[in-house]
Amino acid sequence: MSENLVEPMQLNIGPAHPATHGALRFHVDLDGETIKKSRTEIGYLHRAFEKHSEISTWSQIIPYTDRLNYCSSLMNNVGYCKAVEELLQIQIPERAIFIRVIVSELARIMDHLICVGTAAVDLGALTNFWYFFNVREQIYDFTEKLCGARLTTNYTRIGGVMRDLSPGFQDGIKKVLKDLDKAIAQVVGLLERNRIFMDRTQGVGTISKEDAIAYGFTGPCLRATGVPHDLRRAQPYYHYDEFDFEIPVGTMGDAYDRLMVRVEEMRQSSKIVEQALSRIPDGPIISSDARIALPPKEKVYGSIEGLMNHFMLLTDGIKPPKGQVYSATEAANGELGFYIISDGGARPYRIHCRPPCFPIASAFDKMVENSMIADAVAILGGLNIVVGELDR
Amino acid sequence: MEKIVSYLVGHCEKLQHLPEDFIYLALQVVAGLLVLMLFVAPFAGIISFVERRIAARVMDRVGPNRVGPQGIFQWLADGVKSLLKEDIIPAQADSVLFRLAPYLVFVGMFAAFVVVPFSSGLIVADLNIGIFYLIAVTSIVVVGIMMSGWASNNKYSLLGGMRSAAQIVSYEIPAGLSILAVVILSGSLSIQSIIKAQGAYPWQWFLFQNPLMPIAFISLFIASLAEGNRTPFDIPEAESELVSGYSTEYSGMRFVFFYFEEWANLYLIAAVSTALFLGGWNLPSAVVSWAQTKGDVLLHLLQFLTFFIKAMVMVFIIIQLRWTLPRVRVDQLMALCWKYLTPIGFVVSLGWQLGWLYFLRECLWSVM
Repeated sequence: MSENLVEPMQLNIGPAHPATHGALRFHVDLDGETIKKSRTEIGYLHRAFEKHSEISTWSQIIPYTDRLNYCSSLMNNVGYCKAVEELLQIQIPERAIFIRVIVSELARIMDHLICVGTAAVDLGALTNFWYFFNVREQIYDFTEKLCGARLTTNYTRIGGVMRDLSPGFQDGIKKVLKDLDKAIAQVVGLLERNRIFMDRTQGVGTISKEDAIAYGFTGPCLRATGVPHDLRRAQPYYHYDEFDFEIPVGTMGDAYDRLMVRVEEMRQSSKIVEQALSRIPDGPIISSDARIALPPKEKVYGSIEGLMNHFMLLTDGIKPPKGQVYSATEAANGELGFYIISDGGARPYRIHCRPPCFPIASAFDKMVENSMIADAVAILGGLNIVVGELDR
Repeated sequence: MEKIVSYLVGHCEKLQHLPEDFIYLALQVVAGLLVLMLFVAPFAGIISFVERRIAARVMDRVGPNRVGPQGIFQWLADGVKSLLKEDIIPAQADSVLFRLAPYLVFVGMFAAFVVVPFSSGLIVADLNIGIFYLIAVTSIVVVGIMMSGWASNNKYSLLGGMRSAAQIVSYEIPAGLSILAVVILSGSLSIQSIIKAQGAYPWQWFLFQNPLMPIAFISLFIASLAEGNRTPFDIPEAESELVSGYSTEYSGMRFVFFYFEEWANLYLIAAVSTALFLGGWNLPSAVVSWAQTKGDVLLHLLQFLTFFIKAMVMVFIIIQLRWTLPRVRVDQLMALCWKYLTPIGFVVSLGWQLGWLYFLRECLWSVM
């Protein structure tokens, strides 16, 4: 209207802003409250994960993966270890597989709880956040029992997992899942048909199927546009093809669908956890291959072979064969891929992480154009951009 | 009042040299200050604590419970803390306007309490244009909020101030139209007269006087929520969008003034709805005559309790709403005002006039 007469107001949203949930920055041109142009600036949380990996042994990288998507660190552990195991071409014990499925799905639930909860907070509905966080807290208690940490889990090991399920895990988790159902019912009751919530999210930040695929969307954001793409079905790993679950899809590809798809996914994940818990076999939780897994402590302290084995693994490390591998898992936000090149040494030659957030964040500028500041916040909440993963 | 004046003049020789009007005026100021100090200030403080506890209940958590029994003195602790905080005025801010703005907000809100009744006798000033004065004087708040948004020299504050100005000015119209419907019914602008025109029982309240009044009540309720910047209309200070809106740059006691205004306003919204629609302090005549045999104090106490309980129910509804609903977007807020509430307001205020004419048509014909 008056582009030449009035300069647009420049507004910095972030890097420290309540809605960005991390150090993310948008530089927007405002006409009144309408965003005319947005420029996303990322990198405020860059920790050189990929470069740092090149000077770390294969096992030392696992704790770094905790910091990628810190809302579901268990899943990053699983994704990375799965990639290295594919490079090593080894099979991990059945029990470890099931434990990985269980913790992955619990991590997915926790991630979605945070995403939907904080998205609702950004829209001004504070109460839902607490209903969800009460359940998340209970799951975190189990995570703590499982691996001693709540946020930075560092749970998986190359060849299996660090520790077996804690006693009482099965019954406890079943109770938590019931509470989860209750919390979801409460939040859905507060939001799903809420006129204000629908007005704020429906038709906001809409993206078409084609655009979403072109941008490289994966995960709930892609499924919200109506594409039933889920790596757990498309490239089944860890027996996902044997579990009974549905892939929820949206229709419009707007902020509302993105949140509702996540809510439904929590229910499906809860189903998978129950099935995995009922099918979990007994047995070892980590590979017995002496070149990969640390020997049990009795052997280390009781026999010279065990001690030497332990010593060699810690000083020399695992040495995968020369080669390269791309392995992807369906993380909470979408396809979490690790592209690894090994030169046969104790340290990776190059690791590239494909965070699901990166392509999603790249579409943000286009999605917020000609919408209002309040819409930008609603869109950001639904996309679930986790800056730890985005900036690596 | 006259009694007190004549008592003072009779017993204090120095006062006899002063004109009686002056004493009257001075007493008014004292009475006003008493209302502020004894009722509104503690109320705003306590309601901040009550709101936090209710919010905690709604959210399935505990809430403040450390200071005093059940945390009842939390508001005092918060107040003292805020007094001791450093008072920051940003270097780039317009420091005169920046300092002035909280006082305007404060004055606008507390001046409104002059016409808010507590019982049939307890009112600072029963102005004959009471409700009109209330609408007018609360508008000063907008000036203060806009001033704070502008003087902060912060883009978020500016956006918050602009949003607030647009919102409050727009919602004066549906609020005014709903109040107009009540004024037509009672035939008076004085709040005490409006209350006296109603009765103690629900069917005597203006809320149920005719089918249009509940609509007017809801319309006034929504409009006053918006004027008071309460969720779902708290967009001027929308935390996730505008950081903290117009009060972003404020700290210490100046910041508290804005929140003081908000909580005092909570009671104001409730009190106005109670007075205009819910029968105010009216008690059944049997109770009134019984209480009068025991003395005026008991009567006023009972009337105050009636009024206060009704207002409190409204306050609780408003608080519950705040912690249940998301917030609307700024354009949706305007659409709600101009597309829905304003036409509804016209229908309500004109509709009853036309209906009244219809019923009285025969009388009119006979006159003509």
